[in-house]
Amino acid sequence: MAIPLSYNVRNVIHRPIATLTTAVGIGLTVAILIGALALASGFQAALRTTGSPNNAIALRKGADDELSSGVTRETSEILRARSDVAAGPDGRPLASSDVLVLTYLPRIGQPGGSNVTVRGIEPSSLALRSGVHVTQGRMFNPGADEVIVGERMSKRFASCRIGDRLKFRQQEFTVVGLFVAGGSGFESEIWGDNAVLMPVFRGDVFQSVTLRMKDPSRFDAMKKELENDPRLGIQLKRENEYYADQSSLLAGVIRFAGVFITLIMAVGAVFGAMNTMYAAVGARTREIATLLVLGFSPLAIMTSFMIESVLLALCGGVVGCLLALFINGIQTSTTNFQTFSELAFSFQVTPQAMVIGLIFSAAMGVVGGFLPALRASRQPLARALRAL
Amino acid sequence: MNTFSLILVNLGRNKRRTVLTLLSVTVALFLFCALSGVLDTLDEAIHVGSETRMVVRNHMSLVFPLPLSMEQQLTAMPEVSSVAVQNWFGGQDPANPHNFFPQFGVESQTFFPMYDSEVDIIEASPPQGAAAVPAGMNPKLASFMEDQTAALVGSDLMKQEGWKLGQTVTLNGTIYPGSWPFTIRAIYRSKVKAFNSAVFFFHWKYLYEKSNQQATAGIYKVMLKDPSQAAEFARKVDALYENSANATHTESEREFAAGFISMYGNLPFVIRVIGLAVVFAILLIAANTMVMAVRERTSEVGVLKTLGFTDATIFTMVLIEAAAITVTGGLLGALGAKKLVTGFNLGGALPPMTVRWSTVWTGVAVALVIGAVSGLIPAVQASRLRIVNALRRVD
Repeated sequence: MAIPLSYNVRNVIHRPIATLTTAVGIGLTVAILIGALALASGFQAALRTTGSPNNAIALRKGADDELSSGVTRETSEILRARSDVAAGPDGRPLASSDVLVLTYLPRIGQPGGSNVTVRGIEPSSLALRSGVHVTQGRMFNPGADEVIVGERMSKRFASCRIGDRLKFRQQEFTVVGLFVAGGSGFESEIWGDNAVLMPVFRGDVFQSVTLRMKDPSRFDAMKKELENDPRLGIQLKRENEYYADQSSLLAGVIRFAGVFITLIMAVGAVFGAMNTMYAAVGARTREIATLLVLGFSPLAIMTSFMIESVLLALCGGVVGCLLALFINGIQTSTTNFQTFSELAFSFQVTPQAMVIGLIFSAAMGVVGGFLPALRASRQPLARALRAL
Repeated sequence: MNTFSLILVNLGRNKRRTVLTLLSVTVALFLFCALSGVLDTLDEAIHVGSETRMVVRNHMSLVFPLPLSMEQQLTAMPEVSSVAVQNWFGGQDPANPHNFFPQFGVESQTFFPMYDSEVDIIEASPPQGAAAVPAGMNPKLASFMEDQTAALVGSDLMKQEGWKLGQTVTLNGTIYPGSWPFTIRAIYRSKVKAFNSAVFFFHWKYLYEKSNQQATAGIYKVMLKDPSQAAEFARKVDALYENSANATHTESEREFAAGFISMYGNLPFVIRVIGLAVVFAILLIAANTMVMAVRERTSEVGVLKTLGFTDATIFTMVLIEAAAITVTGGLLGALGAKKLVTGFNLGGALPPMTVRWSTVWTGVAVALVIGAVSGLIPAVQASRLRIVNALRRVD
């Protein structure tokens, strides 16, 4: 017969200080795990929501990112003229040949600076990127020395507020608006007219051509055809996949570091839980013996103490989840070394991360409770009953 | 029997608990010091770079190149002793494209003499080159200089990639398209922290010629005759190019390195938060242990007081007991971090990990504070205990 769960619950409540300190110890460990996962998820989410599966992006063959890519005007024209490119409301192809550079800007409130992406887009093809809209100020005028800045960047970098002037090479640009793009990586960029930015930056070459496909399911056929065209020398990727790929490296590093730190910390927290459980077993020597005399099997005793330990650890897991909720949505930014440019994003505490946290805390309970539970089930009866 | 041996006996009465607590403090302080080590390393990376070598980069951003014509103009300046082009290559190993390591095409004749005192050439293939090397360059670089496609590889990178001296390594260019074969002609080891031991160097000339003369200059490294002219030189260069198509940003190598570190943004803050959480978690665990330890000896404390031990002595005893556990654990953890983490390569632009002695001592001090705080409540309880209550209690 099993010992009822309420026995364990009461015992855990009976020692509030020991329960609380152990649970918070475990909770902080879990919070750091969830925090690291939330950091990685937030970073990844920003890039995963960038771009659309209905769009295809063309880069120079062999170029990993737009920065090292170059697409000639001729290639750009060939791509835009294709019949499988969707048309915009104005009847022209829904495509944007972008020029892209990085500009080094000082951070606000922190020493140093970082590289911010500046993208020259086709003003008539704004519909290509859904969810983009100007929240403050206005859109840049085609042909003017004006730019709009992602809302997240304008808080973090100098000269990025409306009315500020940014100097690219010898030309000054005025910030006329701030925009959002559904939390995507585009919000970490500065946008202007490609026709104006192109001569300022690298001369007569685009970095990428993004186009809306008429039939996204034909992407593979289109990719094959274009990549085999020797005139073009380009590679084609789905836009969303292209951006999602940029997150793999850093997200991997953050996850690895987070799990590594958490595992070390968990060792310390498990030792603490073991102490608490040994004390719990020690204090109940006579009780356990009584249970054994009443006919509960040693296995039932062991199970019961294991359950108690897991219960205690789960309390910690819940504390950890609650602590981690505080960081949900906090905005931060870092340099994505894969693209060498700054990306702003927010911590994202996903349900999945919380479940992982809870499972992890339960695992700590199992590891920490095993030896004390084993000891409880192996009490020599006579001596235990005599114990004061 | 003096107070000290009493404390020792108390520590030994529940050995398992003492050891468990000690180990959890050890682990926590190891983590604390390892994390602080990352901060030490970041700090070090800011301070190790040379202040006499200057870096001229494009003002817009590092990814923009500079025109080749600038080299002559820079060399002609009276303050300058030598100039070297350095280009980021960004090639990929075709077998493993995600395996990142830094590759630079450098103007060998001037670049390596600049770093002669900081770099050791440990092996070369063939070991003796036929021709003489330019003045100021390590003669062991002769075979590297003779081969247009030669590569000079850091000892750490050789180990990491499992390469052999004399081997041909082919990289796929991302910035400079095509397939680029290199022959490893020499291996270097860095003698200073600022110089990364995991870099792949090759001749900029090879880059220039194989790219159909498309390659320009990524950055210029400039060695000054007189280091005290650094700031003035930087102003002068930047003023000279301010209104050209390629405005420059000139800074010392140290400032240049610091710029890279600042790209990590909030990282130091995140690390501090984690470090604090670790300390706080362990504080709770240690406090819980001490409360348990003192509670189970309630009647003993009563006996000690009956024998004439003062409240203050009891108070001190409990505190010392707690501190003994945490400081021992702290020492083990902090020294363990110093021993195990030092030299670990974080990759990227950072030098190998450093855990400073000041961090070790901070760790021990943190352990002492944990001991004092965790022992405080039980110590107060024990010292305030009235003999009657202590001896009457049965449990």
